[in-house]
Amino acid sequence: MEITLKIWRQGSQESKKAKGAFETYKLNDIQEDMSFLEMLDVLNEKLLHEGFEPVAFSHDCREGICGSCGVVINGRAHGPLKGITTCQLHMRHLKKFTTLVIEPWRAKAFPVIKDLVVDRSAFDRILQAGGYISVNTGGVPDANSILIGKHIADEAFVAASCIGCGACVAACPNASANLFVSAKISHLALLPQGQPEKHHRVESILKAMDKEGFGNCSNAGACEYECPKGITLKNIAKLNREYFEAVFSASLEEHPTHAHHGKGDESMHVGH
Amino acid sequence: MSTLDSKIPQGSLTEKWKKQCFDYKLVNPANKRKFDIIVIGSGLAGSSSAASLAELGYNVTVFTHNDSPRRAHSIAAQGGINASKNYQNDNDNVHRLFYDTIKGGDFRAREANVYRLAEISEKIIDQCVAQGVPFAREYGGLLDNRSFGGAQVSRTFYAKGQTGQQLLLGAYGALNRQIQKKKVKVYSYHEMLDLVLVEGRAVGVVVRNLLNGEIKSYSAHAVIMASGGYSNIFYLSTNAKNCNATAIWRAYKKGAYFANPCFTQIHPTCIPASGSYQSKLTLMSESLRNDGRVWVPKQKKDPRKPSEIPDNERDYFLERKYPSFGNLVPRDVAARNIKEMCDEGYGVGKTGLAVYMDFQDALKRLGEEEVESRYGNLFEMYEMITGDDPYVTPMMIYPAAHYTMGGLWVDYNLMSNIEGLFVLGEANFSDHGANRLGASALMQGLADGYFVIPYSIGDYLSQMAKTSKSGFKKPPADSPEFKKAEKEIHESIEKLISRKGQKSPDEIHRELGVIMRDYVGMARNAVGLKKAINEIKSLKDEFADNLRVFQSGESLNESLEKAGRLSDFLELAELMAEDALQRNESCGGHFRTEYQTPEGEALRNDKKFSYVAAWEYTGPKKKPKLNMEKLTFTDIKPSTRSYK
Amino acid sequence: MSYQIKNYKNSLRWLTDAVSLSTGKKYLMGFTGFFLIMFLMVHLFGNMLLLKHDGGLAFNAYSKSLLTNVLIRVIEIFLFAGFILHIIFGITVSIQNKNARGKQYAVKSNITSSFFSRHMIETGSFILIFLLIHLKTFFYAHRIMDSNLTMYESVVMAFQNIYYTGFYVFIMILLSFHLMHGFQSAFQSFGLNHNKYSPLIKIIGLFYAVVVPGLFALIPFYIYMEKITLQ
Repeated sequence: MEITLKIWRQGSQESKKAKGAFETYKLNDIQEDMSFLEMLDVLNEKLLHEGFEPVAFSHDCREGICGSCGVVINGRAHGPLKGITTCQLHMRHLKKFTTLVIEPWRAKAFPVIKDLVVDRSAFDRILQAGGYISVNTGGVPDANSILIGKHIADEAFVAASCIGCGACVAACPNASANLFVSAKISHLALLPQGQPEKHHRVESILKAMDKEGFGNCSNAGACEYECPKGITLKNIAKLNREYFEAVFSASLEEHPTHAHHGKGDESMHVGH
Repeated sequence: MSTLDSKIPQGSLTEKWKKQCFDYKLVNPANKRKFDIIVIGSGLAGSSSAASLAELGYNVTVFTHNDSPRRAHSIAAQGGINASKNYQNDNDNVHRLFYDTIKGGDFRAREANVYRLAEISEKIIDQCVAQGVPFAREYGGLLDNRSFGGAQVSRTFYAKGQTGQQLLLGAYGALNRQIQKKKVKVYSYHEMLDLVLVEGRAVGVVVRNLLNGEIKSYSAHAVIMASGGYSNIFYLSTNAKNCNATAIWRAYKKGAYFANPCFTQIHPTCIPASGSYQSKLTLMSESLRNDGRVWVPKQKKDPRKPSEIPDNERDYFLERKYPSFGNLVPRDVAARNIKEMCDEGYGVGKTGLAVYMDFQDALKRLGEEEVESRYGNLFEMYEMITGDDPYVTPMMIYPAAHYTMGGLWVDYNLMSNIEGLFVLGEANFSDHGANRLGASALMQGLADGYFVIPYSIGDYLSQMAKTSKSGFKKPPADSPEFKKAEKEIHESIEKLISRKGQKSPDEIHRELGVIMRDYVGMARNAVGLKKAINEIKSLKDEFADNLRVFQSGESLNESLEKAGRLSDFLELAELMAEDALQRNESCGGHFRTEYQTPEGEALRNDKKFSYVAAWEYTGPKKKPKLNMEKLTFTDIKPSTRSYK
Repeated sequence: MSYQIKNYKNSLRWLTDAVSLSTGKKYLMGFTGFFLIMFLMVHLFGNMLLLKHDGGLAFNAYSKSLLTNVLIRVIEIFLFAGFILHIIFGITVSIQNKNARGKQYAVKSNITSSFFSRHMIETGSFILIFLLIHLKTFFYAHRIMDSNLTMYESVVMAFQNIYYTGFYVFIMILLSFHLMHGFQSAFQSFGLNHNKYSPLIKIIGLFYAVVVPGLFALIPFYIYMEKITLQ
């Protein structure tokens, strides 16, 4: 098949191409059985041979689990199919298009590194603020001493299956990270192991999320629509409940500091 | 050939680890914060070790080439993680897991290490559950188990088809907690390009920032390498695109021994390549062989659709050759037979490198609903990739490189022959012998990271502080050794960029992949291996003369990254072939066609080859030196595998 | 997680802190929104008196009681507070959201979320303009200026203006759009999303979003028709 590509090209902050623009490419010999990323490989090989700079895009496992890949194709995060990542998309799924407009995830909190590669370290920083259960290695009880009903375990698993690809932010009309955050909150709040720290966790994580400059959730549901792992708005509802509980039922002493900018826990920005 | 000291503690097998733990010197809690440790890689072994060491008080710096520690390829492990918990009351115990692992590894693993692994396995599950890993549960709330190949008990813990992902997220959480506490610093988009030694000890690394090309040195009191395996040497493998051997290979060139490089595992049921553009292969769960029947048409290049070929014109070759195990023969046997059929010209599909796996009988026997409940998601995944519906037309499968048992040589304490260099997870060679059992890779990575290294590194550091001239002080990152390494890296990158040839790194890598698949893959022989060595040599020349990368080192440049990794793969490929050539026997994943029983089974030679081949770098263009570590079996008597 | 403990004793800082986070703002939007939804219904019940064929007797009596009842005065304060918070937070949140995207997509998909959810600020802004006019015509004239017309006369006069009526109907359509998303969204913001109850909430929400603005819009038609039949 023949295909025209309009790809967003953008250089690093310091370079001449820091502003970014679309460039158009034509590919003639595209096989239906190629994956979308293999099609980009073909383009890059061509560019390399012609002496042009290949297109930078994120990818790694190419089987839909690592969460590295992700571009917006004709307005759809991870392309027009539901429930898959960009790497799982194949060219036969794109037969109806003659032109593909390929853009990076667009969000202030995900600055473009180069071309289609964006910096998602904001997600790491959010989870650093409390996306875990505070246990050291060793000294833990026997695994079967904690009973967890099958339906709870299954529900927690579904929430935990978030791969951190960022499609939710990319698809959200407000570039909100609520689905990503809620998946982690839900996962840990459902499990008995997550109970001791739940009030701190939700406040700490939400504060970190706001600090990164994501938008507000307006319950539009685009995140749920585009999530390749089927994480639903129910998790955001759970996040809201958890926050409500933390605000209204936690004792006054239990609140971690937050919202007092300038003092309190400035240890939030660590890493990278 | 010299022999190697594996530092296995004295005493009975069951007492060795306990005794060793007691014998380890400790680092005073107040002194732990004086030690800096570098960890290369953020997968299960890397993240778990970094977090555990930081919890103890050490200062840890982690480097990963990914954009986040959570993306390391451990996430792709589907099946599960073994542990001898005996939760199912099916008479499992530490000794049985130990025995299965040794036997599964075809008696080419170290007894003491494997026993320790089996002992620790139980603690791993406890740890992961405490971290909130959502393992599958039974209705009563207890943990569920499934059974896996090579074992007669149900000891595999799992989280749907995402066990690796969930375990890594657990370790990543522990890591994040230490990042928040400022005990760990993670450098993402950083690739290790050299290991630096001072006074013969590993004291740091030189890394390249992939985003801006900056080359920088970091020094530490010890270096841990948990950089994964090298299956990507085959170009088409189930590994992630960025998996590479660079870290371990550069350590090898600094003197670390590379053990058993030829031991690779080929997974029989992967989705075959659909064309020359194929970038990687996707694994289809082994469980499919429970109901799928593997066959090829009896007539070569049969033009008919598979559904039009009548039963008597099909060759169900696994059932024909192995009547008692049939389609359920172990991974290596299945893979080898599939390859043989394709080599003889019976392969199907566009490329001729595929065989059918048919579910029509299962559909008739069980009904579509039952088949869907068993394999529904796999069928969907298959259809997504190939466009074919396995309910209607048989699947096509072909084996693909999947895991490498070989890796840097380590002693019982997971330290390589270079003092201060520790190697964990798939990057080392230690526990799987010549063949790894399903659900054992996750177990090993986490055992090394959570429970072995936190003890053994303390012993090294306390000794080092006492014996080395500098004591607690680490050499500064601008000492001459680092400067020299940086300079060499700058030069090698300059060299790559300045080549103005015609072939991209991917093109050369694909050619290497074909050589490796044909001669150093599932079945090998002396003639082929020698041929491979020659072909690799000429490919190296081609790489030197005719490489083309995009000429910029200052921003993200994947072609340059690929070229650097490929240069290491090309060298490692030769070593793999050399290693396969010297091992004149068949064992586990290493099948030498000259050494088989009349029935076509692997013929091990315990008398001559019951050793670990640890290769020593001797300089560019010089033959590497073979060191041996003799394997002795005190608790288990080596026996022959048979699946007839 | 950082565990520094903030002493909140003897202050309501915990509450202002809570709404300073995005999820707190969302709660506030949902809470005020739901309050306004309830108000709409009360308002509608009052307006329905206009449909009574009595020359505005009942309606005038009702509006008089609104002006004189002390309890209503107290509720009025909450109502204004509700409007103002909903408006201020609605605008700030929208500005933040616009900024959070940064560069816009060249191609936008409109199937991933509903039209109504994406245009809350636009529909809301029109409703705000209407609200100001509405307040001037009725609230300002009667409550502040003590107009010499009866409320019924004011209403009839307003609706005799074809532009006013047209604008009114247009706004009711936008109000319907606003409620299409707003009603169910408020429940989601409160964390009430459940396989068992959510379908019901959605149905009630759609019903409410159609029926309430629909009945509001019916009134000018009725008055207009009444005028014609009276002539």
